[in-house]
Parts: sequence; structure tokens; C-alpha cells
Amino acid sequence: MRHVYRFFIYLFLTVMGLIMFLPFLWMFLSAFKTSAEVTASPPVWIPSSFSLINFQLAFEKAPFLRYFINSVVVMISSVLVTTVTSILAAFAFSRLRFPGRQTLFSMLLSMMMIPFEMLIITNYTTVIDLGIYDTIWALILPFTSSIFYTYILKNFFDTVPESLYWSARIDGASNWHYLWRVMVPMARPSLTTVILLNALASWNSFMWPMYVIIKDTNRTLPWGLQVFTTEAGSNPEQQMAASTVVVLPMIILFLFARKYIVGGVARGGLKG
Amino acid sequence: MKKQSTDRDMIFRGRFEVIEPYLYLLPFMLGVVVFTLYPVINVVLMSFKQDYSMLTRGFSSWGFGNYQKTLTDANFWQAIRNTLRYVLLVVPISLVLALLIANFLNQKLKGSAVYQSIFFLPMVTSVTAVGLAWKFMFNNRGVINYFLSFLGVKAIPWLRSSQMGAYNMTALVIFGIWNIMPFTIILLLSGLQNIDPQYRVAAKVDAASDVRIFFRITVPLLAPTIFLVGIVNTISCFKVFSELYPLFGGNPGAMGNLYTVVYYIRTSMMTYQDYGVASAAALILFGFIAVFTFAQNGIRKITERRKVR
Repeated sequence: MRHVYRFFIYLFLTVMGLIMFLPFLWMFLSAFKTSAEVTASPPVWIPSSFSLINFQLAFEKAPFLRYFINSVVVMISSVLVTTVTSILAAFAFSRLRFPGRQTLFSMLLSMMMIPFEMLIITNYTTVIDLGIYDTIWALILPFTSSIFYTYILKNFFDTVPESLYWSARIDGASNWHYLWRVMVPMARPSLTTVILLNALASWNSFMWPMYVIIKDTNRTLPWGLQVFTTEAGSNPEQQMAASTVVVLPMIILFLFARKYIVGGVARGGLKG
Repeated sequence: MKKQSTDRDMIFRGRFEVIEPYLYLLPFMLGVVVFTLYPVINVVLMSFKQDYSMLTRGFSSWGFGNYQKTLTDANFWQAIRNTLRYVLLVVPISLVLALLIANFLNQKLKGSAVYQSIFFLPMVTSVTAVGLAWKFMFNNRGVINYFLSFLGVKAIPWLRSSQMGAYNMTALVIFGIWNIMPFTIILLLSGLQNIDPQYRVAAKVDAASDVRIFFRITVPLLAPTIFLVGIVNTISCFKVFSELYPLFGGNPGAMGNLYTVVYYIRTSMMTYQDYGVASAAALILFGFIAVFTFAQNGIRKITERRKVR
């Protein structure tokens, strides 16, 4: 009876796992197929050769290399700046004393429930007013501070015993020194989580770039891919090759950093 | 101003240290004020500005005109209906599936890490990119119809226009469930790991079957988490939008009737240049979200109080 039950569990998980993986499998395999193979019915699973021709053709038809570089630049800049602003603010909220600290922090927490969809209307006009519409800056500047990541970091900073702070201060360390020499190195796991979640969000961001980027050479990967599929009317196998380029970096990142990403989602997912 | 200060505070409180906290907050608050606080206030104001013009930034008068326009627009009601349908299908189905998967993953299996990696993968990948793979799989002669043909099902026009417009919605729902599964499994799994294993051990000693343990112990103890995950998922499903793009080439369904609320906001703004209606629709969406967020906070407070005792 126990064996039957175990077998059932494995069977269920394997079937569900296959369903979950099917789109990736189809994408990766199709990226190497010929156009006859990709539309064949019944479907051809394994491509006859694993040549990179579809990738080459996709990169020739649309500036995917440019999209890729844009995505990397946007991701690195916004992650870098957001991390610094979050560290500073989290430290101020956790350790420094100033009037209205609690009130301000709970106000910020309640702002976390505001969906970005609601802010887009004004941010769109702000970006135009700032003169950064249709530039890469429009993708970076609105994402330079995050209440959510500040909240995660503050929660960690709160767990560091106060005595450590005061002994450092008595030894003559300034707040600045204490933050960067003591707190930040200690917060490495939380920081890693924050950086990874932020990087994922930035890389996969689709809606906002669609609002503020028009020029082909300023697009990032998801938005570039979307235009590529509708405008060029291109072959499925090339679309799958391009999709693979979008998806693969984050899959590799995930395989190396699964614990941090999953841990971060588990801790932050239910906080509104 | 009265200030509570300890002796230690006094030692270090120079003039610089009074302004120091604000310097730490400045870069963060700059972003928050410009890109979150101001937009919130502005969207509320805009929703009451009638005949707002993007070019002149002028408007004719204050009033409820935008709300009236939105609430009498057939497309908006279509959007509400579709969004509610999507929420009511995606949230419960994904919860049940994720609960089963999380429960099994929690039972110390061989290869658990491999299973987890596969189940969590959709969380890190671009909706636009995987959506394309789904689009080809949903083709009339695609993989999904191929598998269904073994069950004797005739080719279903998932993404095409057909007399049964429901196929478009079904495809969107399947994609949506697939998308939200990783997040749901992770939250339920971490809830399961917080349950004291002694309950299970005790039940096993009493020779309770696994099925019985699942329904009599696991599910009741996990109930608060299940509720919370359901609410969080409801909120995120209300915002369904990006999923439409890869499946239908940027259109709201093959027959143009698969409007969602966020899609409606976008067309009001970008196609009709009607920022007032877009703002009003955004605030109505926010109303839905706010109700669920308050419910979420309420449940969380109750369960936390219980834990303390």
C-alpha cells in the first residue's frame, strides 16, 4: 500500500513536471528546427541538426544584440542604484533616530499595495516632462528606489543586536563606516536575495518599456521580441531562437541561485 | 519640540547627526516621491478632471464625468467580466494543483531538488518569451491539439476566432495557471514547512492514512496560508495583461473581446488619449485590490495573534 502511494506521488509529480517543462522543451528544441519541422503535423520533436542558423537569422532580422545590451545596461544600473538607495534608507529606518520615523515607515508600507498599473499614467507624462521619453533613462530612473526591497533589508538590519552598533560607535566608527563595514557584509544573504529579485524583475519587464520606448534601438529584450513577432511576421523557429536568448540567462541565474530566489519569494510573497 | 533621548544618544548627537538620517533617506525618498507618491495623488486628481487634454494639460471642469464614461462603456464591463472570469478560474485551480504538488514535495522525495527546479522555472522566465512557445503549442496543428487527439478530441481553435469564443479565454487561463504555479507552490511549501512535524508523527503513530493526514491535519493547519495565497494571487490576477500579448499578437483575443481591466487602461490611454477615463478605470481597479489587501492584512493579524498565544 505504501509503495503504491509512493508510486502515485512520483507519477503525479512527473506528469505535472513534464507539463510545466513542456513550453521550455518546445522552445529550446524548436530553436534548432527547420521551418518544415517546426510546423510539421504530427509534431517533430527532435530537430534533424543542431545548427545555430535560426539564431543567426533572428539576429540579422532584428537588432537582438542591441536589445540584449540594452537589457543588461538597464538591469545593472537599476539594480545597482536601487540596492544603494535601499541600503541607506533601510539603515536610517532601522538604526538612526529622527522624528516621524515610525509614521513615515508605515506610510511607505501602505504604499506597497499600490499597483504599478495605477502609477503608469502619471509616470508616462513625467517621463515626457523630464525629456527622457524614448531613451534608456526612462527605463532606469523610475526604478531607482523600492519600498519592498528597503522593507526586506530593514527587517534584516533590525535583527542585528544594538550592542554591536554602540560598541562600534564607542570605538569611533561613524554611522557611515558602521553601515558599510559591519552591516552590509553581515547582510550579504538578504542583499543577494534583493539583488536577484530586482534583476529578474528588470530583465523580464515588459509593460513599462512598451509604454515609453518607441525607437527600435532603445528596446529591451521582451519588448523587442514582441515587436519582432508581430512586425516581421517571421518564422516560428526564429521566434523560438530569439525567445531562447531572452529566457536562458535567467534560467542559468536561477539554477545557480535557486535557494536565494525561492527564499526571497517565500519571505516576501505574502507581505502586501 | 520634545525629544526622547537616552544618555548614549546625547554623547553622539552633534549637529551633523541631527540631519544625518535625512541624508540617508534623501536618494530613496526622491524616487518614492517622484515615481510613487506624486503619481498616486495625480491619478486621483486626473480621474476627476473632465475633458483633460494631454497636450495643453488643461481640463474643462471637476466632476464625475470620467467615472460615468467608464461605467457606461460596454468595453469596460467586458473587461471587468473577463478579468473576474480569469480570477475565478485561475486562482482556485492553481491553488488546488499547487497544494497537491507542495504537499508531495514536502515529503522528502528523491530528486526533490530537480522537481523543484522544474516547477519553479516559469517564475524567472519572461512571460512574453514563454508565451510565444505557448502560442505555437496552442496552434490548430500544434502540440496541445496533438496530445488531445489521443483522447479523441477534435482540433480546438484555441487562439483563433470561432463561434465558441470561450476557447481564447481557456487558453489564457491555462497559460495563467502555468505562470502562477511556481509562486503558489513556493508559498504553500514554506507554509507546510512551518507546520510542526509532531502533528504528522503523532497521526502516523495512530496509523492514520496519508490521505487522512492530508485532509484532517495538513489542510486545516495550512488554512490561513491557503487563504493568504489565494488573496495575493487574486490581486495579481486582477492585473492580468502581459499574458495577452504573446498569445494574440498584441490584440485582446482573436475576436477583440478579451479585454482585461489593465488592457482597458492601456487602450484608453494610448489609443484614445483619454487620460481621465484611464485614471478612473485605474482607481476602480485599485478599489478591488484595496478590498483584498485589507482582507489579507486582517487575516494576517488574526493568525499572528494566534501564534503569539
